[in-house]
Amino acid sequence: MRENLPFAIFCALVTGALSVPLLGLKLVSEGTSLAIEGADAETWMLISGGMLAVFLTQLFKSQLSNGLSGIKQSLPANPVSGLSDQKRGQLEKGLLFLVIGLAIIWPFWASRGSIDLATLVLIYVMLGLGLNIVVGLAGLLDLGYVAFYAVGAYSYALLYQYFGFSFWAALPIAGLLAALFGFLLGFPVLRLRGDYLAIVTLGFGEIIRIFLNNLTSLTGGPNGIGSIPKPTMPAVQFEPEFDIVQLEFSRRAKEEGNLPFHEFFGLDYDSATKVVFLYVLALILCLITVFVIRRLTRMPVGRAWEALREDEIACRSLGLSRTGIKLSAFTLGATFAGFAGCFFAARQSFISPESFTFIESAIILAIVVLGGMGSQLGVILAATLMIILPELAREFQEYRMLLFGLMMVLMMIWRPQGLLPMKRPRIELKEAA
Amino acid sequence: MNLESLLYFIQQLLNGLTLGSAYALIAIGYTMVYGIIGMINFAHGEIYMIGTYVAFLAITALAMLGIEYLPVVFLFALMSSVLVSSAFGWSLERVAYRPLRGSNRLIPLISAIGMSIFLQNYVRLGQGSRDLAMPSLVTGGWTFGPEDGFQASLSYMQLLIFVVTFVSMTALTLFIARSRMGKACRAVSQDIGMASLLGINTNRVISATFVIGAALAAVAGVLLGMQYGVANPFIGFIAGLKAFTAAVLGGIGSIPGAMLGAMILGIAESMTAAYFTTEYKDVVAFGLLVLILLFRPTGLLGKPEVEKI
Repeated sequence: MRENLPFAIFCALVTGALSVPLLGLKLVSEGTSLAIEGADAETWMLISGGMLAVFLTQLFKSQLSNGLSGIKQSLPANPVSGLSDQKRGQLEKGLLFLVIGLAIIWPFWASRGSIDLATLVLIYVMLGLGLNIVVGLAGLLDLGYVAFYAVGAYSYALLYQYFGFSFWAALPIAGLLAALFGFLLGFPVLRLRGDYLAIVTLGFGEIIRIFLNNLTSLTGGPNGIGSIPKPTMPAVQFEPEFDIVQLEFSRRAKEEGNLPFHEFFGLDYDSATKVVFLYVLALILCLITVFVIRRLTRMPVGRAWEALREDEIACRSLGLSRTGIKLSAFTLGATFAGFAGCFFAARQSFISPESFTFIESAIILAIVVLGGMGSQLGVILAATLMIILPELAREFQEYRMLLFGLMMVLMMIWRPQGLLPMKRPRIELKEAA
Repeated sequence: MNLESLLYFIQQLLNGLTLGSAYALIAIGYTMVYGIIGMINFAHGEIYMIGTYVAFLAITALAMLGIEYLPVVFLFALMSSVLVSSAFGWSLERVAYRPLRGSNRLIPLISAIGMSIFLQNYVRLGQGSRDLAMPSLVTGGWTFGPEDGFQASLSYMQLLIFVVTFVSMTALTLFIARSRMGKACRAVSQDIGMASLLGINTNRVISATFVIGAALAAVAGVLLGMQYGVANPFIGFIAGLKAFTAAVLGGIGSIPGAMLGAMILGIAESMTAAYFTTEYKDVVAFGLLVLILLFRPTGLLGKPEVEKI
């Protein structure tokens, strides 16, 4: 304890240096110059409390670490780790179906606001699953994922604005365009090593945003694009003649040839059906994403992603094409972001470059990291937590991003594999009798 | 080329060199950390932002006490800013990077992104998210050129930036070349395992690297803060990205490379703003980064890295 004393004092002083100037003193504008205000008593209490806490933990460091290791030993082992691989796979599959089932029956009794929120969660699930291919499965850190999301959103908005495309016509084009961008970006940069790739993708994300912001004549610049129509529902009509019509969810159909949903089914007009329809649509898109990615990971290309993540040199010496594998992951990941972006534009009816900043990329990355890189169930869980928790804790709104950054650091230190880490595919040979 | 366009060109060159000096100071932090532990300290830009805030606080505090003698104000701002930023640099390494040493190289990068977001919002909580504007302390300068035409000018503030940057860089070069700690730094960047076998306290060297990087970023924060007179919690992100570009351009891991890269980037940026368009000057910086990484990943002065199995 005695030998820790100088270091403990040093640490307490450093804590003071970190907190006193930036939290204790506040700069305020006064006319053309600045003035300093002291913080309130509560903040000062907090600062001195923090210094004391740091001092004490450093002073009793050895005792504390002894105590902690004792607690760790007495904790029960992770309940999942005891299961055999097969059992665990079945459990995960069961849970996935349970989650899907819940998502389907849940809107019957939920409020309109919470269904709307759930739609947002589903958009992030889709984005998280898409980025999961790139970061989780292929191990390529992409910090500019939001660029593909923006490409998807702006494709629909621009196609509608200039050529009058409907949501259903724009959806595949948005996916294709995002894939094209992913391919074009991926082609040159994928030769780069991990952390360089991260920075280049980040730069690419910023470039896209700067262009969207400055090409005012095309994209409306910072003002964005408004009044993008909501998706319609295709339906088969038998009378007066056999035809496929698009149903709108407003009181009266805006586009010629479309019918309002409630008239078609002979119901009373209810504004909530629009929200429910968007939710169902998001759910369908999500389910397709989950299914496609689940199948892909069992195909040779999916296996190759994971192999490349684990050991690039071994992969190359086994004759796998490094660029081809990385490019496929990048392009597919971008495609799903394009779909999500198209849906996002339709749901919001308004988009601007503000929605596609770096912080959005960081949130999607945090979802993948928190969920456990590579694990689908983990990503779904993490997206739900990341979007719902800030809504529940509205009084902590101010601290949201602060806690978010802290959580990313702590997760990397304590549980870099995420909440529900992915099970690596493996086969064990049976012992000969 | 007539006189007027020549003067205009010289003006842009001076502006570019000013910007480049500040980028160089920040880029040193990236390049030294990368040279020693091979990670990108994504949160380094935030240290620069904190340096600017502390400088504003120090200058305002002295102004409120009635002290306005420029050398005293400047030195006090510089010292307090360097002190606080060094504390941030030291703790950053201690809290967010040291526990992760030796893991997959993406893990410290994600932790660094988290730290960057944390620091931005930490300052936002304490100081508010609005732009703070400070009247400039150093005014005036020299102008050249005809009375009636375009005049190029070198302000005293720009001169101060050149002088301080030059002094800091010389001090750093001497420190790395001559001092015991500098020698240890070079040894650790060559082979960290071997250095620790030979009795170098590698943890201490790594901490020192972070502190030096943070101190230089703080100097840049003070200088650019005084030059532009504006601060908000989000200025660190773009500045950090630019400085990183400069470090890569010059060859990451190489200190003279970082200085060279920063000057090239600064000049390229001010020339783009002057002769083409101001809106896309950030695109030029990022485009340059992408091109360098594609065609010469080792940068101008970097050494090629051999992939070991």
